[in-house]
Amino acid sequence: MGERMFIEGNVAIGWGAATAGCQAFFGYPITPQNEITEWFAREFPKMGRIFVQTQSELGSINMLYGAAATGIRAMTSTSSPGWSLMQETMSDMANAELPCVIVDVQRGGPGAGPIRHAQGDYFQCTRGGGHGDYRNIVLVPASTQECCDLVQLAFYLADKYRNPVLVMSDAIIGRLRETVEVEKIEFGSLPDKEWAVKGKANHRDGKRRLVEHGGDLFARYPSYRALLQSLEQKIKQMQESELRYEAYKTEEAELILIAHGYTARVAKEAVNMARAEGIKAGLIRLITAWPFPCQIIREKAYQGCGFLVVEDCLGQVVEDVRSAVEGRTEVHLVSILDRHIPTDGGMILPDKVFDKIKEIQ
Amino acid sequence: MSEEAKVVTKQRVAGRPKLLVRQTAGFVYCPGCHEPITARAIAEVLEEAGMGDRTIGVFDIGCSSFLLGLLDIDAVLTPHGRPPDMATAVKRIYPDNIVFTVQGDGGLLSIGADPLLGALTRAEKITIIMLNNAVYGTTGGQMAPTSLVGQKTTTTPQGRDVIRTGFPTHAAEMISTFKGTAYSARGAFNNPYNYERTRGYIKTAFQKQMDKVGLSFVEILCACPANWRLSPEDSLKWIEEKMLPEFPLGEFKSVDKIE
Ligand SMILES: Cc1ncc(C[n+]2csc(CCOP(=O)(O)OP(=O)(O)O)c2C)c(N)n1
Ligand code: SF4
Ligand SMILES: [Mg+2]
Repeated sequence: MGERMFIEGNVAIGWGAATAGCQAFFGYPITPQNEITEWFAREFPKMGRIFVQTQSELGSINMLYGAAATGIRAMTSTSSPGWSLMQETMSDMANAELPCVIVDVQRGGPGAGPIRHAQGDYFQCTRGGGHGDYRNIVLVPASTQECCDLVQLAFYLADKYRNPVLVMSDAIIGRLRETVEVEKIEFGSLPDKEWAVKGKANHRDGKRRLVEHGGDLFARYPSYRALLQSLEQKIKQMQESELRYEAYKTEEAELILIAHGYTARVAKEAVNMARAEGIKAGLIRLITAWPFPCQIIREKAYQGCGFLVVEDCLGQVVEDVRSAVEGRTEVHLVSILDRHIPTDGGMILPDKVFDKIKEIQ
Repeated sequence: MSEEAKVVTKQRVAGRPKLLVRQTAGFVYCPGCHEPITARAIAEVLEEAGMGDRTIGVFDIGCSSFLLGLLDIDAVLTPHGRPPDMATAVKRIYPDNIVFTVQGDGGLLSIGADPLLGALTRAEKITIIMLNNAVYGTTGGQMAPTSLVGQKTTTTPQGRDVIRTGFPTHAAEMISTFKGTAYSARGAFNNPYNYERTRGYIKTAFQKQMDKVGLSFVEILCACPANWRLSPEDSLKWIEEKMLPEFPLGEFKSVDKIE
């Protein structure tokens, strides 16, 4: 049994990372993720681990690149504008095949936007974010416990695939206080990081290591095409093996809600309200926003099931659902425009989703 | 001169440091370029200190990135301008290794001003080596922060004009004003004497790092004949006549304790 704590999602991220053996954290202040950076500033020095308050999110992501190049487990966290700043290096790390974890506690956009909750980073997170061809696994917690657990999973998957892994949270999950059991999760063994830069004296063979993201000149692959083929292979493997979602009352459902993060909790509540009135509603909660559960959605669509996406943005997940159903069925949306009040404190509430369910029926 | 010193001198003139990688697939630098000389100087200093296998180099995008292929040490290639960030992380993870960056003047002073300022502010125990060729070399000779007043580049076809584009940045002087700086110097490779002197600066900079004093910095004036549109020989003259008056050589700060 792990230690039980009553903590916020943002703090649970810290405990999860520490439990996973994260050795270094780099962070720059931005709301609503400050609790994460402050947690590391407070706890990591006590554990003899590395904390650096960086000069910018560019600093955070590039220090993360440096730390990841040495093979240690390291992470950064930020919120949407900071996440935007990080994209060039995200792309470089995908090329250089560096395992690391990045947490994006989403806030409103576009622009500086409101510092409160929103879910508008979905496209940016699931399409890699930066330039070129690559993908990151994107894990989405919907509870404080999941903040702790998915960060641990993120470190494992990053090492498994030698690829950055994202934890896409939001301001509500980040600030939500719940009871968490902090327990180390065992995921299995991983290969040694033979490739890491440590100084030649630290390598068994005494030969130099080079971490690079360039073209053919110093490349570790025989050619540019060989690199791209390897990246493609990795993307396919992640798609085949790392899809995670929660199916809630989807058996025999006639209408399936699709949601992630805080709106998944709202959607679940609405499904319960619908079921109480005999409406056959269910929920697919994305645990990985990428890979995306196309297959199950397509199967359900071919069985005649309708879909309702609940997301706190103008509509991004809904496009992936529409693409998955191949025009077989209608895909409805409850969006940021359906919040209970028009100011930035507005939220999508279960009543609104339930109304929509009834309207579709 | 003692026999031993004679051997060392002979090796330095004719021999090659073991850390210098023999180039098999053709040499990527332009004829007369001074940037690869940096690799030799670094290799000599590391070999003398016996630190070659406990050193990690961090190389910027730019012509300096080709140094990756010249030095037989563990190395990281960074996104453009970011080496001080990577070096910060690597040094904190391996505090007993030498961690140094090699960057161009554009890479350090323009796009990389944020990581430079961050590293200086935090007094990171790293060494930054900046190659000042007064242009963006890799991208074809555009104006750099270090371009001289009146200098013709592809983005200042009429010559650098102070009203629109300001004045050259003096990195070594600027960096010497930071409290977190242990060492700041400017050298050049335009003649054997200056080579020796600059090699000495690199040695001192690495020593300050090994003594964990603070950030150490060496700027090196480098010829870029390809973009200066000059012969290698005329490039030496250009350094002498144009660059040296603007960028004087010497040590601007050297302390054993930062406070
Ligand atoms: C983000 C980004 N912007 C621009 C470039 C293009 N670029 C590559 S090298 C370089 C300039 C290099 O100049 P400098 O740093 O002075 O090095 P030099 O080649 O002169 O040694 C630029 C602008 C890039 N690679 N990445
Ligand atoms: S472009 Fe200039 S700096 Fe780059 S290799 Fe050629 S001479 Fe050297
Ligand atoms: Mg330059």
